[in-house]
Amino acid sequence: MDPEKRPPPVSRRQFASVAAAAAAGFILTACGPKRLRELSRERLAALLEDLEKDYTKRFGTAVVVADTPPIEGVTFAYALDLSRCIGCRRCVYACVEENNQSRDPEVQWIRVLGMNKEKGIDFSESDPYYQPAEVPEEGHFYVPVACQQCRNAPCTKVCPTGATWTEPDGIVVIDYDWCVGCRYCMAACPYGARHFNWAEPTIPRDHLNTKTHYLGNRPRPKGVVEKCTFCIQRVRAGRYPACVEVCPVGARKFGNLLDPKSEIRYVIENKRVLVLKEELNTMPKFFYFYGT
Amino acid sequence: MRWLYVMALALVASAAAPVALAQHPSPAPLPRADPPRAEERVEVPPPPFTDGIFPCTSCHASLKVNRVRRPLADMHGDIVLTHDEQHRWCLDCHDPDNRDWLHLASGEKVPFEQSYLLCGQCHGEKLRDWRAGVHGRRTGEWNGHKGYLLCAHCHNPHQPRFRAVTPKPAPARPSAAK
Amino acid sequence: MSIVSQFPRFVAGSFRLVRRGNAAYWAWLAFLAVLIVSGALAFARQVSEGLVVTAMRDQVSWGFYIGNFTFLVGVAAAAVVLVIPAYIYNWKPIREIVIYGELLAVSAILMCLLFVLVDIGRPDRFWHLIPGLGHLNFPRSILAWDVLVLNIYFAINFVVVTHIVYRAFNGRHYDTRIVVPLVLLSIPMAVGIHTVTAFLFNGLAARPYWNSSILAPQFLASAFCSGPAILLILFQVLRRFTRFEIQEQAISKIAELMAYALFLNLFLHGAEAFKEYYSDTQHLLYTRYWFSGLGEHRTLVPYAWTAVALNLSAFLLFIIPAGRRHWVTLNLGCLATYAGCYIDKGMGLIIPGFTPDALGEIYEYVPSLTELRVAAGVFALGFLVFTLMLKVAVPISLGEFQHEPDTGEAH
Repeated sequence: MDPEKRPPPVSRRQFASVAAAAAAGFILTACGPKRLRELSRERLAALLEDLEKDYTKRFGTAVVVADTPPIEGVTFAYALDLSRCIGCRRCVYACVEENNQSRDPEVQWIRVLGMNKEKGIDFSESDPYYQPAEVPEEGHFYVPVACQQCRNAPCTKVCPTGATWTEPDGIVVIDYDWCVGCRYCMAACPYGARHFNWAEPTIPRDHLNTKTHYLGNRPRPKGVVEKCTFCIQRVRAGRYPACVEVCPVGARKFGNLLDPKSEIRYVIENKRVLVLKEELNTMPKFFYFYGT
Repeated sequence: MRWLYVMALALVASAAAPVALAQHPSPAPLPRADPPRAEERVEVPPPPFTDGIFPCTSCHASLKVNRVRRPLADMHGDIVLTHDEQHRWCLDCHDPDNRDWLHLASGEKVPFEQSYLLCGQCHGEKLRDWRAGVHGRRTGEWNGHKGYLLCAHCHNPHQPRFRAVTPKPAPARPSAAK
Repeated sequence: MSIVSQFPRFVAGSFRLVRRGNAAYWAWLAFLAVLIVSGALAFARQVSEGLVVTAMRDQVSWGFYIGNFTFLVGVAAAAVVLVIPAYIYNWKPIREIVIYGELLAVSAILMCLLFVLVDIGRPDRFWHLIPGLGHLNFPRSILAWDVLVLNIYFAINFVVVTHIVYRAFNGRHYDTRIVVPLVLLSIPMAVGIHTVTAFLFNGLAARPYWNSSILAPQFLASAFCSGPAILLILFQVLRRFTRFEIQEQAISKIAELMAYALFLNLFLHGAEAFKEYYSDTQHLLYTRYWFSGLGEHRTLVPYAWTAVALNLSAFLLFIIPAGRRHWVTLNLGCLATYAGCYIDKGMGLIIPGFTPDALGEIYEYVPSLTELRVAAGVFALGFLVFTLMLKVAVPISLGEFQHEPDTGEAH
């Protein structure tokens, strides 16, 4: 082995290239795109304005992008009455309209599973493609599934870039501008609740919902994941999610878990309540119950 | 001696009182049933009357009351009762003496705006759930004013079972690669 | 300063070397070039239209790209099969050729990173994964761990091979103070990259097919078969076409180690199959889909049994010493190992994990033409890089490509 010479001193060229890289990195991090949670208030306001201009231009109608913060002392929860749901799918389409989901390729945040009464809640026997002339069909019951807004969410755990997280009011949200589309969260979700924009989403102009929230129903870009946000743009303004309002049989209940007088507390305290795939310890905030 | 007279008077009075009272019949019809506390009254949209049917007294005030249970011939023949029709008929819910009201089993009158009290007689659990906001369609605000509907807004009181509906289209199956 | 000043000569000399070759070499390069161009065009279409051009959908959201990624992480980890005998046991026959394992690791990791790049929905946002520039959800996300360990392993191998090769070019021995710690680190790193990749899958409670503790050891076992399989074929090719020398002992030792890895692979697969079939819970559905199909959904069944046949025959060929000695059975065994592990890790791991999906739906995923083209392009790029590196490294190791200190000219 040759005796080692001292490593040569750093040349001017080497120094210059390293300095340039550092400068580029600094500029990119200081001025370039950032995660929502790292943005200052001014930059966030500027971002929302940019988005509004963008959408307005694209759709030819004024679009509002809000970033309404969570209300203090609120944890949202949802309950669905399995003895009432008739599988009419009006919730699916109300959600599509309210949340600006792509029509082609079709994205639907709610999936209604037709189940057999003899088999019970058994996913291997479920059928989301039922299309009889009339519902409910004899011997069937229906289980609509969307994001369960888990308290121990596997999706937020696995996201490599931190593009999805749980807000203080319990809603699991996605920063559509930060998601890289790796779809690890989709593999992690036990409820098939997360959906990917495999192509550029298409929303017919006359069906656009112009009242949007940054983390909710604003039109999404291609190549990112999206899912139910409990209609964040509605609930943070005191309204019910669209699916709750449209359900013709009143199967859907929603409210603040921390309010002892809310419907949702009444359901949990008085009804036979269950959650899906309980053994996975995801602790969903979406409960199913039997009203009768 | 005075106390003897008082005792005898008391004895006679207590013996006579039931007899005295029994001779007087119930003086006036019972007042309409009002929820005992104001906050128990639920604000609802107007009842879903068929056009032109209300007020019922516009016809019934001049008609003689016939309490015999029978199929209706002259009017209201279009109403098919499939709501415990083995045991109940019209006048079990509609007040015989004043058709602008409903009545409870006790005879108390109930306005149509509070028909939930009538339904709640048999469907007590549903009434409790409905008051809590857990039964029926939910409108309004989760942290503010909550909108309630009458039972009759969703359930036809004569044929309460929901008819089947046409489901909206099934989702598209995952497509082949483009 | 002379080392640094020789660099342009090294580069110039390398360019000359890669341009020199026989007809077979040029045919190989042309073949790779065709695949790369085709892949690039297919990828361009994918970027423009979105991942809808693949066959992946919400129900099966990972497919061919991630399958290949997983397989190639195994190939990269397999460098350790050479590194341990070479550096820990200081066994000369393998010590001479260990660098080719490291070169393979570099090419394999490059392909892994490319497969991730072509799989994500927003390749333009790749930088979000770079700590400092973006945000890495470390330590909660196993994918964040994978990003780190893969790049660290890549860096280690890259530094080691470039250092050794360049030093050899300059007629000097490598600096053990740099190489030995890095090489020693690469051993747990190799185990680490494939364990972390296994954890990616087995940490997901939502996918019972993957949610099994056996996944990490099984990944390592199949990695330690498939990587050396490529190397053994490579060494024989080099021996045939260049003056490259490899001792018979080295080949037979590698083959022997492969035999044990093959056994472990089969054993762990068997253990998995036992648990699924004997416990007979609803989770058996995924394994059943792979081996016998579900109802009329039987697309993968032929592949499943082909993989079993290939792995079994490879094991039998290798466990018999005579099988390892004869070049026909040796190479058949290598090909069978590679193919068997490829099918197992690619189709056999990813697709049954999603079939049926979380809500019980069965979508039969078959890679689209675009996916095949892009994947072929990535493989071709990796093979091209590997070929070019060999084209420079082999002559250097043979002393044919050296820095000439007197004339300042490189041959």
